[in-house]
Amino acid sequence: MKTTKRYSLVIGIFMLVLILAACQPKTTEIPTLTIMTHDSFAISSDLVKQFEEAHNVHLAFVPSGDAGAMLNRAILTKDSPQTDVLYGVDNTFLSRALVEELFIAYKSPLLASIPAEFKLDAGNRSLPVDYGDVCINYDKAYFAQHALAIPASLQDLVSTDYGKQADGKGLLVVENPATSSPGLAFLLTTIAVYGEEGYLQFWQALKDNGVVVANDWNTAYYTNFSASSGKGAQPLVVSYASSPAAEVLFASTPTTEAPTASITAVDTCFRQVEFVGILKGTKHLKLAQQFVDFMLGVDFQEDMPLQMFVYPVNQDAALPEAFTLYAQTAEAPVSMDPALIGANRERWIQAWTEVMLK
Amino acid sequence: MMIKAPAGKLRDITRHLLWLIPLLFLVLFFFIPLGKVLLVMVSRDGIVSVPSILKPLGFTIWQAALSTLLTFIVGVLAAYLFSHFRFIGKRSLRLLVTLPFILPTVVVAAGFNALLGPHGWLNLLLMNVFNLTTPPISILNTLCVILLAHVFYNTSILIRVVGSAWSALDVDLPEAGAVLGASPLQVFLKVTLPLLKPSLLAAGLLVFLFDFTSFGVILLLGGPAFSTLETEIYTQTLSMLNLRMAGILSLVQLACTLVVTLLYARVNAKRATTLKPGKGIEPQKPIGSTQKLFIGLSILFLILLFISPILSLVIRSFISFDAASGASRLTVTNYSGLFTNARQSYFYVPPVRAALNSLGFAMLTVALALLLGIATAYAQKGLPRIKKWIDSVIMLPLGTSAVTLGLGFLITFNKPPFDVASFPVLIPIAHTLIAFPFILRSVAPILASIPHNLMDAGSVLGASPWRVWWNVEAPIVSRAALVGGLYAFAISLGEFGATSFLARPDLPTLPVAIYRFLSQPGETNYGQALAMATLLLILCSLAMALIERIPLAGNREY
Repeated sequence: MKTTKRYSLVIGIFMLVLILAACQPKTTEIPTLTIMTHDSFAISSDLVKQFEEAHNVHLAFVPSGDAGAMLNRAILTKDSPQTDVLYGVDNTFLSRALVEELFIAYKSPLLASIPAEFKLDAGNRSLPVDYGDVCINYDKAYFAQHALAIPASLQDLVSTDYGKQADGKGLLVVENPATSSPGLAFLLTTIAVYGEEGYLQFWQALKDNGVVVANDWNTAYYTNFSASSGKGAQPLVVSYASSPAAEVLFASTPTTEAPTASITAVDTCFRQVEFVGILKGTKHLKLAQQFVDFMLGVDFQEDMPLQMFVYPVNQDAALPEAFTLYAQTAEAPVSMDPALIGANRERWIQAWTEVMLK
Repeated sequence: MMIKAPAGKLRDITRHLLWLIPLLFLVLFFFIPLGKVLLVMVSRDGIVSVPSILKPLGFTIWQAALSTLLTFIVGVLAAYLFSHFRFIGKRSLRLLVTLPFILPTVVVAAGFNALLGPHGWLNLLLMNVFNLTTPPISILNTLCVILLAHVFYNTSILIRVVGSAWSALDVDLPEAGAVLGASPLQVFLKVTLPLLKPSLLAAGLLVFLFDFTSFGVILLLGGPAFSTLETEIYTQTLSMLNLRMAGILSLVQLACTLVVTLLYARVNAKRATTLKPGKGIEPQKPIGSTQKLFIGLSILFLILLFISPILSLVIRSFISFDAASGASRLTVTNYSGLFTNARQSYFYVPPVRAALNSLGFAMLTVALALLLGIATAYAQKGLPRIKKWIDSVIMLPLGTSAVTLGLGFLITFNKPPFDVASFPVLIPIAHTLIAFPFILRSVAPILASIPHNLMDAGSVLGASPWRVWWNVEAPIVSRAALVGGLYAFAISLGEFGATSFLARPDLPTLPVAIYRFLSQPGETNYGQALAMATLLLILCSLAMALIERIPLAGNREY
């Protein structure tokens, strides 16, 4: 009897040790680096594998809605962050991210290959990754058929040439800056060109000329724009300078000519720059820094254009052929201090709403 | 005074325990996340102006009331048609009418545009026939299209909830009225309407709340000229970054929901008219030319309203345009393209996987919602005094902004093992919050109308309580639960708002995948989005047809 009791005691202790051992975190487990992104983030599988193998890490991407949704998520969870890196805050949201003190500064060696015009945060808390120009796209066929000149400046847009048609609507569709990021970029373009004192007058003139406002890029492009698959009624739309390249790449029948083109004239486009930052509270600082270097490095920078239809900021990155052939960049896009945007965005949007939607 | 039997006491305790199930669920997955996020939002800096609350509030109530009224006119007619007549293709028509419910708004907007847009088929047809130079129909971005879309989305709620109650009506009562010399109108107003009141009110409440918190329809079809509380919350949160204003708007929305549901409870408080189950209305073949004409016109109307936007979308998914020549041709490339990862993207998910994700989440949602809905219906039956409050509290998730709740989930469930990354069940849980009121609303009126003497009769005859329940109550309840279950399924398949906050990149649902395609320019992206929407439609029709055929006691054709 006694021996069985002793045996069971030994077995019991043994089991207990086993159970306790099972509860210990495995030391050999590879760490996970979590990257919060907006929904438009995309990357080639090969590159992910390459980074994971080189640094013995698992990459977890957390798409968190559009840029605004993602930023809110980062702000609301900053006291208990579960993510290490945030990618996708653009220059219109940058100042809010900096005011909220989300990031740890990191002076990546790769910043040397990036032109100064993109480095909007002198403190290097957020580092530029890519840029894209918000420009007006036009329907080539429509302008050819109607023998209409292509607008060459913002001021041209208030000309009656592009004004109200028989249905009472003009030829241009823009997005609501309160609900759309290209919409906000276009509003900022007009503020940069006409100044605080003149931009509302310009918008009033656009309104009188029958400008159509859609709430989001989807609707503007696919419902209103005449050259898209939705076959809408407006041959002019606020979109991106790279959109024509997407029209070629995603054409249902192989083509070498885009049905659309961008107006890239001086003072008609707004340059959006997107940033990456290491979030405060990360437990993998070294890995996070390596990932930031990876995003600024040539491999990722050359992968980006065809994945996300944006331009690399790294000078050493070569553009894919589809981009050199069909995508355009603005000649002289307007720029605006992110702090100025941060301080005024709500007021500007409200003033715009008063004029355009009331 | 009556002396309570011990058995009755036991039943009370069980009912209190039953009540704990939904209560616990709501506290854990609704009140804690919502309370947490609202506290954070309201305590932040931000400008709050009263006019910018009142204006969207006024419009929200106005459009919801109008939409509900219109939905009722169409819905009661359709419910009458489905509960009283037999005709060819009835089962399919009833199924098709439910389909809008699952469609993400971004797809419905594309469907409406393909049909009613400036270059939509209807306009092209009219321009051709009447030799017009401008499109005659221009309803996009008007109040009209908002109302139309709400009717399109929500009529099926009336058909299902009211239709099933109507077909279960005791056929003798209206007949007795007619024999006693009442006109058909009098019979309808004095006999049928009071009998249908509980289900009419239940359906009305659901439709109103759905219209009240409608988001995609207002944003995408209504356009920038219209803003409701829900779209304002979205704008204030995501564009203005004014979380304080968004938090206050969310509170206003919640308060309105509470008032509406309390009003509902008050109107519904009078004891429901009991009806004898068993002898319901047997659908008849139409007799005479008047009935035939009525039915023919009604079916035509339903097809125009519900099927044509869906059909235009399906057809559009098989067409590709050649950009150079402007010619269009029939093709399946949109479908074959779905299965290739053309850009070797890390986030590429085959549509079959997305479909399986959606199905899995939907089934979990149905299971959870059935458990919670039926438990609540029984708990509430035994606790008439707090029923009003239970009712109102449970409807609150329907009146909550998806953006606010989504953010609430994110800040509450942000540590493993209960964070989005390691706990994908959060998606069906969020769907259940919206879906289980449907089960409750379909089961509770039926349960309330089962006469006590029916159950007592069983007991008196010596059957065990379980046997009585199984033979008498279960058949009636399961039919109602099935209707609710269908909605739970459909809601889960089509939900986009909360899902977009909680979806993992490797576990997207079909609506999330569709949205991914539509957020890039290019012919094939558009085509593939529509192809995927068509797949969603087919998948959903099949699943719902299967659910409807589950052999349940008492599940009969109505």
